[in-house]
Order: sequence, then C-alpha cells, then structure tokens
Amino acid sequence: MMSDARARVDEVYRAESRRVLATLIRLCGGDFDLAEEAMHDAFASAVEQWPREVVPANPRAWLISAGKFKAIDVMRRRAKHDASLGQIAERLNAQSEDPAEKAIDEGIEDDRLRLIFTCCHPALAAEARAALTLREVCGLTTEEIARAFLSSPPTIAQRIVRAKAKIKSAKIPYQIPSRADLPERLGVVLHVVYLVFNEGYSASAGASVTRADLSGEAIRLGRLLMALLPEPEVIGLLALMLIHESRRAARSTAEGDLVLLEDQDRSLWNREQIAEGLLLVQQALRTQRFGAYTIQAAIAAVHAEAKSSAETDWNQITALYDLLRRIDRSPVIELNRAVAIAMRDGPAAGLELIDALLAGGDLSDYHLAHAARADLCRRSNRTADAKTAYERAIALTAQEPERRFLEKRLRELSL
Amino acid sequence: MKYMLLIYMGENAMSDGEREQCYKDSTALCHELAENGKFIAASPLQPVATATSVRVREGKRLITDGPFAETREQLGGYFIVDVADADEAAAIASRIPAAKKGTVEVRAILEIPNLPRKLETVGASS
Repeated sequence: MMSDARARVDEVYRAESRRVLATLIRLCGGDFDLAEEAMHDAFASAVEQWPREVVPANPRAWLISAGKFKAIDVMRRRAKHDASLGQIAERLNAQSEDPAEKAIDEGIEDDRLRLIFTCCHPALAAEARAALTLREVCGLTTEEIARAFLSSPPTIAQRIVRAKAKIKSAKIPYQIPSRADLPERLGVVLHVVYLVFNEGYSASAGASVTRADLSGEAIRLGRLLMALLPEPEVIGLLALMLIHESRRAARSTAEGDLVLLEDQDRSLWNREQIAEGLLLVQQALRTQRFGAYTIQAAIAAVHAEAKSSAETDWNQITALYDLLRRIDRSPVIELNRAVAIAMRDGPAAGLELIDALLAGGDLSDYHLAHAARADLCRRSNRTADAKTAYERAIALTAQEPERRFLEKRLRELSL
Repeated sequence: MKYMLLIYMGENAMSDGEREQCYKDSTALCHELAENGKFIAASPLQPVATATSVRVREGKRLITDGPFAETREQLGGYFIVDVADADEAAAIASRIPAAKKGTVEVRAILEIPNLPRKLETVGASS
C-alpha cells in the first residue's frame, strides 16, 4: 500500500510536474525559482501524506494547491525585504478563500504556453532559450542538457541562472503574446524547437552523427505546441521534424559513417513517421497561411515519397525551393536550390549557381557549400577542382563523421 | 539649463557594503538638490545583464539580449538636474558618490518644443 502511493507520486511527477510548475510560476508572479521550490515542497508533502491518507482524486490540483500555500509562506517571510511579495501573497491567499474561485488547474494549458513563450522570449540570449526551454518545459536536468549540447554543466547552469535573473529583474512578462505579436514570437519559439531538433539530428561538433534524445525531445515539444496552438507553421515544423527523423536509421552506417540521401537504403525509413508527416504537411498546406517550415516539410515529403534518388520529382522540389526563396532569401536555401537544379538539369547548371553564390562571399566558410561544389565537379569529371573543393570542405567541418565522409570521397578521386 | 549626468562604472567596482553606502549618500544628495529646486530625477539601473536592445530595420523589430555596446564600464545610473550652467553641473557630478569609482558623463539636455511637461512638473513639485 505504502509503496503503491510512492509509485503513484513518481508517476504523477513524470506526467504532471511540468504542468504544475507552469501554473505555479504564474501564481508566484513569474518567479521561476520560488515556483520550483514550491513545487518540490509540494511533491515532498505528497510523498509524506499520500501513503498515510488517500491519494487525491485530482493529484494535479492537490499539488498546485499545496505548492501555492508553500509559496505564500515563503513570500510572507520575504515580504520583510520586498513589500511587493507580501501583496502577491495576500492576493493569492484571498483568492483561495473565495468560494467563486475557479478550479485551481483550470487554464493549465495556457500556463504551459506562457512558460514556453517566456523561455523563448527574444530578450533572452539566443543560446539560453534552448537550455531554459529544455530545463523548464521538458524537465531535463542541467547535466542532460550539457551532454546534449556537448557543453559543461556549469556553463549550462550559468546560462539558465542568468536567463532567470533577467526574467525577474527586467520583468519579462509571463504571458501568451497578443495576436499582433504572435507571428514574431511564435517564430522565436519554433526556431528554438528546430534548433534543439537539429542539435540532435546533426550534431554541430563531436563524434556522433545523431543525438536521438534531443531530436525526440524536440518532436515532443512540437507535439505539445501543436496541441496548444495549432498554427500552420507549428504543424509544418512538426511534419518537417518527423520526416527528417524517419531517415535516422538510414543516414549513418553501423560504424557511424554518414550516408547521403541518394545512397540511403530507403527500406530503413520509418514509414509511420513518414505517413504522419505527410498528413501534417497536407494539413498545413491547406491553410494557405503556411511559411518556410511547411515548404521545407513539403520538400522533405517529396523525397520521402520517391522510391529512389533517380525517381525523385526534382521538378517539384525545384518549384518548392523557388517558393521558399520568395519567403526566405537565405544563401543556404539558394545552395539547396542549386543542388536540386543540378539534379534536374545536370551538374553544370548547379555549378554555375554555386560558383556565383561562393563568389558572393556569404557561404565561403560554409563547409556544405564546398562539399556540394566538390560533388558537382566530381560528377562533371573536373577532378582537380573537386579535390580542391573537398579539401576546403574538410578544413571547415567540425563534425567527425562528415570529415570522414569527405576524406573518403577525396581518396576515391585519387584512385 | 538641464543636464543629464550618466554614471559609468565597472559592475563589480563596489562591494555590497560600498554600494549600500553609495545609495544612502546619493539619496541624501538628491534631497539636498531637491531642496534647492535643482533635482529632476535620479536612479541606479539594474545590472547590464538585464539589458535588452531594440532596433527597427525595414519596418521589422529586432529584439536582442544585451546592451548597446559591450564595454568594461557600463551605464549604471543617472541624475537629471536643473542648474545654472555646465560648471554647476560638473560640480554636482563631482559630488555623486559613484564618481569616486567610475566616470560621470555630463550631457546638456537639448530642449525641443511641444514635449509634455512631465519632467518639469516633477522638478517643480520638489
């Protein structure tokens, strides 16, 4: 009986701690640290009380309520130094005595959105947003985040502490942005989610091609966002992540070597993720209000539907890149479009575009631009040019498997 | 003539005790200025880690974390005073406690027509 109740607390912690925290932060006037302390005290009380009494019918509401009273206690104690805390404490306390008060966990999904938007606030340092989101929204430990970002726990901890300090002293509001601000603010949130996904999908440095946990976490975040705020680009990003993720088993060998899309064993692609991704792409496209994530997902979908690289509808892919560059004139998109044109019209057409891009200067330090040029030179039998471009790409890449792949291609040229 | 006195200082230039004393002495200076009708406003600022910079380019708002410029000494507080001339402003600047540790930049305020009169009301009421 005792251990049953203890197991129930653990289960509720896993399922509900993020929701409880999101609501407690609101009740604590946006004070993250106080809310965390209150939440841990509430779970400590549950460990103590649930085995002795009955497990409450609505454990989440019980925990929020317990946390709220812990927070009121702390705020009253601190009110000696900070009068505004005393006011929050008394207001909260008065609310609990009001019989007309709504159920304490009502509007809890709004609190989760508040938490996401606050963690991804544009006034926070870009590198802090992802760490704070993984910590507060996903509940990862500082050590887990540090491992995922190949950083040290003290560095990550410091980023999180600084971000929380800024939220508090600069008074970054704990709220869902207004309709007018939503597109811009949602853009920052989606950027954070995609950054987390990419960090897991193609590690920016280090030995492994993929860090699956981080991609899985990003997809979970994407699903949560879609449940809370089903905007077209939220759907598009989730589709994009699912279709990329579907290739995980095929994109590296057992030895950890990189396999290019055209060489992948397509029978290893995860059909379930593709099917879900395709449905989501269609759903996002139907809204007619989609953006860059949805178009990228549509491109990934065309690849996913092709039986082989040769059978890919490169016409369609080029058309989608044309659409994409109208929204986002980034040189990386121009590069990908050039590669698609090379697949459709032959390497010479692609090379012409890539050379113009490299001459523009924006991509001259981007290893994939040189890798793409090398590949097209190789296909055009311009061996010496291909070698020079592979050497440049190798010098610029920080990722071990990519380096091995490029070195292998370079060796093959010398044979 | 109104002057803004901008206080630049390393954020760790003062110990907690020195800072407490600085706030106390600055508050006393503000009261003295107010009694002579020379005080408009004054305040320390939260640490530069809380700074946010906003730019609008081509109609697009860009919000970034951090100050306008990363420097060793940061804007940490300000006074706005209403005095006779630059010499008097400099004399007050030299009495700001933080001047002993950092630098006080004295800037004359450019008066432009048709602003709401809020600043002057604050000055007049004190």
